[in-house]
Amino acid sequence: MDLATALQILDSTVRLSTPLLLACLAGLFSERAGIFDIGLEGKMLMAAFFSAAVAALTGSVWLGLLAGIASSMVLSGLHGLASITFRGDQLISGVAINFLAIGLTVLIAQDWFQQGGRTPSLIGGGRFQEITLPFADTLQGVPILGPIYHDLISGHSILVYVALLMVPLTWWILFRTRFGLHLRAVGENPAAVDTAGLSVVGLRFAAVGICGILCGIAGAYLATGLQAGFVKEMTAGRGYIALAALIFAKWRPWYALGACLLFGFLQAVALRYQNIDLGAFTVPVQFMDALPYILTVVILAGFIGKAVPPKSGGVPYVKER
Amino acid sequence: MTAPAIELKGISKAFGPVQANKDISIRVMPGTIHGIIGENGAGKSTLMSILYGFYKADAGEIFINGKKTVIPDSQAAIAAGIGMVFQHFKLVENFTVLENVVLGAEEGAMLMPSLRKARKELTELAKEYGLKIDPDARIDEIGVGMQQRVEILKALYRQADILILDEPTGVLTPAEADQLFRILDRLREEGKTIILITHKLREIMDITDTVSVMRRGEMTATVKTSETSPAELAELMVGRKVLLRVDKTAANPGKPVLEVEGLRVVDSQGVERLRGIDLTVRAGEILGIAGVAGNGQSELLEVLGGYRTATGTVRVNGEEIDLTGKHSDGRSRRARGIAHVPEDRQSEGLIMDFMAWENAVFGYHHDPAMQSGLLMNNAAIKADTAGKMERFDVRPPNPRLQAKSFSGGNQQKIVLAREIERNPDLLLVGQPTRGVDIGAIEFIHQQIVRLRDAGKAILLVSVELDEIMSLSDRIAVMFDGRVMGERLPGETDEKELGLLMAGVTETAA
Repeated sequence: MDLATALQILDSTVRLSTPLLLACLAGLFSERAGIFDIGLEGKMLMAAFFSAAVAALTGSVWLGLLAGIASSMVLSGLHGLASITFRGDQLISGVAINFLAIGLTVLIAQDWFQQGGRTPSLIGGGRFQEITLPFADTLQGVPILGPIYHDLISGHSILVYVALLMVPLTWWILFRTRFGLHLRAVGENPAAVDTAGLSVVGLRFAAVGICGILCGIAGAYLATGLQAGFVKEMTAGRGYIALAALIFAKWRPWYALGACLLFGFLQAVALRYQNIDLGAFTVPVQFMDALPYILTVVILAGFIGKAVPPKSGGVPYVKER
Repeated sequence: MTAPAIELKGISKAFGPVQANKDISIRVMPGTIHGIIGENGAGKSTLMSILYGFYKADAGEIFINGKKTVIPDSQAAIAAGIGMVFQHFKLVENFTVLENVVLGAEEGAMLMPSLRKARKELTELAKEYGLKIDPDARIDEIGVGMQQRVEILKALYRQADILILDEPTGVLTPAEADQLFRILDRLREEGKTIILITHKLREIMDITDTVSVMRRGEMTATVKTSETSPAELAELMVGRKVLLRVDKTAANPGKPVLEVEGLRVVDSQGVERLRGIDLTVRAGEILGIAGVAGNGQSELLEVLGGYRTATGTVRVNGEEIDLTGKHSDGRSRRARGIAHVPEDRQSEGLIMDFMAWENAVFGYHHDPAMQSGLLMNNAAIKADTAGKMERFDVRPPNPRLQAKSFSGGNQQKIVLAREIERNPDLLLVGQPTRGVDIGAIEFIHQQIVRLRDAGKAILLVSVELDEIMSLSDRIAVMFDGRVMGERLPGETDEKELGLLMAGVTETAA
């Protein structure tokens, strides 16, 4: 394999990892605070639709991004209301959100655009453009490093860089700030937080809110960065893969980066090599498409070792008598 | 004259129809240790939860240092200088000591300066009160005694002048409890006010200056500790005379029922939990196993109860039992005449959400008398349970109540009734009176002795040395997976047993 092919695959790895990474970090905030969120998928989907729709209607991708984040946060609020305020079952609330998003997006899309549940293709200012980093073109001639800088590091949309910067930022928030300490504590032992005079409900809503923002960005990136418009169920299980990556990463930000890059890489390989000819027979394209999902199962089943989730994850907090 | 550190006036609190606190008034003078004693469910914890802002009182007033104070939440309690050490610690297990101390009392939005400050202050507190601790140890890596110390440090770090301890010795070994009392003594010397909630009379007598007795939500008396006696307090608590010693005749041991030889257990982490146990329990005797929790007693009960595999030989009535194969489970053990009252009734003895009658048949639901065809004979089980509840004085005697709605003592009676009434040859019983009130302790002890007098063998595991001393006919002390020695209760004392429990033998010492 030559350098150009390798760079192409890695480049597409970065693009495909971005929504996973954002969703994974979203889940990380939520689950670290003790709220399991299986609704990452639904929130991304909703954000993907509203960002594409608003971008198509206004021609501004930034307004689209805001709309995406807002729609995702509405769903987050719903999840919070169900699982924090009313102490409902977090899995059921999350599943409900996923179904709600699948149905609502197509319904509204059909009503607004009459294109069979999709938005019009986004053009010009309706999409996030690729950013060329300084000197990318000048340095292109430098052997090896030049192409790496030009093709791999430079030339992504702003949201890709945002996602990557979120990794150290998340780490810093979790482990270096007071808020982070409270957040981690409330996911482990909310009673300790409560007796320390802090608000369990407030902290959990804050975490769920952050989760909503990040899912919103992830969804917006899908529809306005990675692709040019919304199509039905375009998240294609990325929310679940992000959850898998989160477990694989043991709820840690840097590990999350690694896990998401790995899953993104699998998707990139599947996209690049649609049919692999092994002489005797050809690996069918369906298998290659299924590969990332199969490997998700395999990795989760066999390779993660002991992953200890936040102790109070999934358990609504009830003050004991 | 100094104002009381805490004064409660006419505090009342009801949970639905249950009046948990009825018109309670109490004065606690600064620099004293004030005990609050009462049976489980007497309303001690509710009262303290009101003081700490967990519950809102329906009526009544709180005065702190003579000033009327409203405490709507924990934050307000902390601000008023009140610190609370709960029975079940409120610590984040995968945080360090330092992080737990700082939680909720940080200086600013950044963590590092707060941690630095806390580290410094912790060193000072350690010096001032003799509370040494490693600030970087993780909570799940230190023992319960140390964890409790962290809770105390948390309160002191928040500048608490009033410290409330809720059943602080429930989870501690005798040595750890002594250490705690030394710390409390020191805190009192430094002018802190301490409220100690307990149902153990000895602790009240040992350390408190004054003591209030609660019974069924009411404060029945407040007396100077020096002017009262355990018997008087017990009577005030229960409302009638209590037998503090177990009344029993000398044992009349018969043939060996349980014979254990070279029993070894290696746990999933590869740690050897039992390192060659040899024991014999004869018919008509109680063998008490003393020891600090975690020295292999639980594993021993689990092996004998049939839910942990082991190597070695175990014979019951002379016949060897299977320790690893498919006949090594609770059901086959029961078929051999072994009944088991597990150490933790809430997780091993009962299903808390199930009703009493369902719980009262577990393990014996294969009995034809409990079945009709393929179905369970619910009517028969319920009738059977009602009889058991009556004979074992379970209150309320309603087979349809969920296990969790009974008090600790009554839950234990349900388990005990289930196991004893099957007339086993061997009864395994772990921590029979942990978290059980005095009235029920007396009853449970009587039932165990009665079974012994009926010629059955009993293996008793308890971390309460008092219980071991008064119930057992022979005492074996376990330490680090071994039996350190056997003693007769009349020929030993707590000091000797305490040394054995710490792994010290005469030859080694």
